Amino acid sequence: MGILSSNVSITRYQVMGQLAEPLMETLSRLLTQNAIVEIDDEDMDQSAGWTSFEDPFDPNFTGSSFVIGSQFIFSFRMDKKTIPSKVVNKRYRQEMTKRLKESGKEFLSRNEKKQIKEDVIRELSLRIPATPNVYDVLWNYEKYSLWFFSTQKSANETFEIFFTKSFKLNLVRRFPYTAALELLTDSEKDMLNKLTPSHFME
Amino acid sequence: MLDISVAYNRYKFIGYEFLTWMWYVIEHDSAQLNHVIPENINFTIGNRIMLQNAVHDAVETITIKGDDAGLEEGVLALKKGALVTEIHLRVTEAEKEWQLTLKGESMNISNLRLPETGQIENRDDVEGAVLEKIFLYEKIVGWMDAVYDFFLKIRFSPEWHDVIIPHIKKWILQ
Repeated sequence: MGILSSNVSITRYQVMGQLAEPLMETLSRLLTQNAIVEIDDEDMDQSAGWTSFEDPFDPNFTGSSFVIGSQFIFSFRMDKKTIPSKVVNKRYRQEMTKRLKESGKEFLSRNEKKQIKEDVIRELSLRIPATPNVYDVLWNYEKYSLWFFSTQKSANETFEIFFTKSFKLNLVRRFPYTAALELLTDSEKDMLNKLTPSHFME
Repeated sequence: MLDISVAYNRYKFIGYEFLTWMWYVIEHDSAQLNHVIPENINFTIGNRIMLQNAVHDAVETITIKGDDAGLEEGVLALKKGALVTEIHLRVTEAEKEWQLTLKGESMNISNLRLPETGQIENRDDVEGAVLEKIFLYEKIVGWMDAVYDFFLKIRFSPEWHDVIIPHIKKWILQ
């Protein structure tokens, strides 16, 4: 889901801190270092990383390609291979039958079965392409504000961990309490910590 | 500052009170919002509202949806002590309309629809289109922030218990 979509969801964050100067070079380097790694021809089942906003299947962070107006704009891509369990089971049983015939045994040990299953999953992983999910990121660096264009729990959690790992900066989600902290005076913050729910009908 | 996950759970009631207050203000006292947003901005309740009532250990959830849905069931839930947990809003400025769903506990904005923007005909149009979208996103987010800030100021003033709660109660019981 992205900035240009007709229907979007947004999670808002405060970025705790700033990157080292020179800013543009640092950001370009860190985005490139942590860019998405293609796994279609690998036996990996998932991958996550940064990619270009304009072309999410060709990450490129040269020059000012990740700047629009006064904001940074790029995308977070999560690729995942989903192998249907029935396909795994079918290949597993075929491989078991073949192995039993070849060895002349009546039974296979637990370790042999485990090895066969791992080999089958690895073989299928190489043949099944990963499904990409792309989420746009809009970073207003001067205001320490960042918008992530998704409210999906798993996407947000993976994004938060990956952002901190990539940039060594923490993110604080904006929700009623943190949004209140941004606004309130010191004495009001004390009141906030002691605040209890109101009951409209008592 | 409190641990974030503790703070999230402990203070989600502020978000529920905010949405409940917003419903009251939109229905009954929308001029209040003109303290913080321009007079030509108009908020209305959209086609979905979700409420929650915690009775002892059980949580009751009430959802009202549909373009022509009456909100009487929602008011009935308020009478029983429920609070609004999620609300769909329409916000207009002259001919432009934004639609969004605001979730109380997280303040996440979902299903956000902007007013119509120009079509992208070729690659050169992308930057202009993004800037136009950002401008429209920032407008609605700015208004929502202004309204939340206004709510907090009221929530932390003596007016909340002395004036606002009795008014909301009166509105619920009407």
